[in-house]
Amino acid sequence: MSNLNTETTLTTKNKTMAKIKDLFENQEVLILVAFLLLCVIMTIINDQFFTASNLTNVARQISINAILAVGMTFVILTGGIDLSVGSVMAFTGTIMAGMMLLVGIPPVYAVLIGIALGTVIGYINGMLVAYAKIPAIIVTLAMMEASRGLALLYTGGYPLSGLPQSFTFIGRGYAFGIIPMPVLIMIIVYILAYIILNHLPIGRYIYAIGGNEEAARLSGVKVKRYKILAYLISGVTAAIAGMILTSRLASGQPMAGVGFELDAIAAVVLGGTAIAGGRGHIFGTLLGAMLIGVLSNGLNLMGVSPYVQLVLKGVIIIGAIYYSSWRQKD
Amino acid sequence: MENILEIKNITREFPGVKALNDVSFNIRRGEIHALVGENGAGKSTLMKILSGVQDPSKGKIYLNGKEVVFKSPKDAQEVGISIIHQEFSLIPYLNGFENIFLGRELRKKNGLLDKKRMKTEAEKVMERLNANIDLSKPITLLSVANQQFIEIAKAIAIDTKVLIFDEPTASLTGKEIDKLFELIEMLKKSGVTIIYISHHLEEILAMCDRFTCLRDGEWVGTRSVEGCTKQDIVKMMVGREITNTYPDRTSWEKKKEEILLDVKKLTNSVVKDVSFSLKKGEILGIAGLVGAGRTETVRALIGADTTDEKEVYINGKRATIKSPTEALTHGIGLIPESRKTQGLILGMTVKNNITLPILNKISSKAGFLSRKKEESLVNKSIKDLLIKTPTMWQKVKHLSGGNQQKVVLAKWLNTECNILIFDEPTRGIDIGAKEEIYKLMRVLAEQGLSIIMISSELPEILGMSDRVLVMHKGKVISQLDVKETTSEEVMYYATGGVGK
Ligand SMILES: Nc1ncnc2c1ncn2[C@@H]1O[C@H](COP(=O)(O)OP(=O)(O)OP(=O)(O)O)[C@@H](O)[C@H]1O
Ligand SMILES: [Mg+2]
Repeated sequence: MSNLNTETTLTTKNKTMAKIKDLFENQEVLILVAFLLLCVIMTIINDQFFTASNLTNVARQISINAILAVGMTFVILTGGIDLSVGSVMAFTGTIMAGMMLLVGIPPVYAVLIGIALGTVIGYINGMLVAYAKIPAIIVTLAMMEASRGLALLYTGGYPLSGLPQSFTFIGRGYAFGIIPMPVLIMIIVYILAYIILNHLPIGRYIYAIGGNEEAARLSGVKVKRYKILAYLISGVTAAIAGMILTSRLASGQPMAGVGFELDAIAAVVLGGTAIAGGRGHIFGTLLGAMLIGVLSNGLNLMGVSPYVQLVLKGVIIIGAIYYSSWRQKD
Repeated sequence: MENILEIKNITREFPGVKALNDVSFNIRRGEIHALVGENGAGKSTLMKILSGVQDPSKGKIYLNGKEVVFKSPKDAQEVGISIIHQEFSLIPYLNGFENIFLGRELRKKNGLLDKKRMKTEAEKVMERLNANIDLSKPITLLSVANQQFIEIAKAIAIDTKVLIFDEPTASLTGKEIDKLFELIEMLKKSGVTIIYISHHLEEILAMCDRFTCLRDGEWVGTRSVEGCTKQDIVKMMVGREITNTYPDRTSWEKKKEEILLDVKKLTNSVVKDVSFSLKKGEILGIAGLVGAGRTETVRALIGADTTDEKEVYINGKRATIKSPTEALTHGIGLIPESRKTQGLILGMTVKNNITLPILNKISSKAGFLSRKKEESLVNKSIKDLLIKTPTMWQKVKHLSGGNQQKVVLAKWLNTECNILIFDEPTRGIDIGAKEEIYKLMRVLAEQGLSIIMISSELPEILGMSDRVLVMHKGKVISQLDVKETTSEEVMYYATGGVGK
């Protein structure tokens, strides 16, 4: 009996140890610390930073990238990449605007059509990756070009302005009077993504595919199906982000979102998701997006030139990734 | 004889595990020194330390009386210590000679690669090894045995004084093993000191001069092989006696009649017109040499590879199996031969690996994963199979080779399939655990599970199967009743069935 007891205490001790170790292995913790530190520094050096208006502003700015990064996390976890999200955002956004302005459809349906379009685009990406076995970087690069082209074709290259107030509310309004709508949407998207990735079999499959596709396949995982699903989710989140952006700008702009895919990838990678797939956490992505957002906001407040900001962003990404790969080494 | 290597008070800790605890012993110049111990005893870890792959937490290594400190495998190679890893470390898409010269490529005067010279040098080494392997083929296209020869060639191409083999025979078959032994003898004669890890104690008795035994990271003893029996070694390893590796035969000699699975005309680029049937509750062994098409047969059966022709009947009903997923829904699971590339997701935890195929079963009605169900199930597997891991949240890549294999087994045993295909189930598993696995297979078979077991170990085939299918060059060349056959007969067919 006493033997048994020592055994159980040992395992609980090991369990907590493993958990603590996990905590420090997690890049999220690092990013969280970096994020808090950044906030403290910003608060100290600039008294405009920690104000209600600035914070809601930052949150709103972050939300679009953060939502894009959700889909990107799914795709990167499977070992893929989605370069098309910036263009898909613009395409779905202009379609939504066009549906309202040119066709005269009520905003709700316009939004649904836009999201359906994002879903279809994601599905096509996924099919090409999973069945045609074209590398993801090629497929989504092509889709990036094609979607941008379609957005330009559809609008003739001009913004579609004058969207109804019931639609612009999504990007500019507040829920319950205080939470900016984009932030609320972002929170919902993250909760859903968290549930999918951590509490449903789908999530486990997505990690498994990124970890070792062949082993997952032999374990009976429908690899193709879940790969497609990841791209599909990315298409959906791109469309949601497109909806928010379009409504914030109050116009469907065919050249919106250029380069957004790179910010999304940066958020995912900063958040600790392995670029080769199989490892990472959705809240790491959120933290990554928050870090990027607060950084550019802070630098803006300090009047640092946007050129310098770009350089700094590059340095931070490399620094963070170098740190994590150095730590990963046994 | 003087000592070439002195290992002094080596300790190595990993988070939650003390893999080695104050281990000291010596290796003599020119000997073949065996290292034995159960799965997770610390053998591979010690050898990784000796070859510069990992560093010790504490302790010292002396080579020829001088202390050496390795920061990388290259440092160790430079003073003449090389290792053939348990899991190979070749670059799959590079060809033979590119792999052999990886990291120390020969160059022309203008700085470009001197492919011609590398090729001829590599061929010289292969000649020395008496091996006939196409060095211009990418490694992935070679058999496991040939890949290993390339690994050895890689070590020998540099001037190696101490060569470490970590379970070299685990993936070889009869003839190839003989060839390897010849090679090792030859290396010994040319003055190379050899450290040899194996779970096959017969090999150690036949070939080695001395052996060292580790248990739970501690040194148990170093002895001369002369005058030792297998039992003595086992006792040192396990701390108890193991007399009967294979379960008692009488318990399963009752006739099995009911045919569960019927495979007909299985044909693809490797296997040719393979037909066989599997009865309920029987263990069907598939014997043959490496490259005979055994793995390809079962992969084609479960739809992991494409087929040109295939008819599968389960309980007499035609079944189409186009993917491993469909195989699983028909209750057929394959435990693949290569745990690293096919069996496991190395970066995932023990828990997540074990439950991967059965996530649906441990989900609530609403489809959410049930943590409680999952954890208790995994706990039971860890206990049943004696998997040595600090917790179920340990990443599988941090387990010892044998324990990784147990995780693969646990994964498939939990699927409750009624047909399980074991492809080399005990590769790299220690003798105690082997006994457990054999017992388990037999118990499962008695409960009605039907098993197909591919094995390159003849004693295992003869000790475990009810019937034996012998394959040669992609064809089933013979079906034998295990009660009426001998290892000679199996070998005769496995080599093509000529010249009896
Ligand atoms: N990188 C690592 N991180 C954590 N634990 C490790 C690591 N490498 C080895 N271990 C642990 O150290 C112990 C010894 O492992 P090792 O691989 O040396 O065993 P082994 O004797 O070679 O076993 P086998 O016969 O199964 O190959 C095991 O419990 C293993 O889980
Ligand atoms: Mg080992």
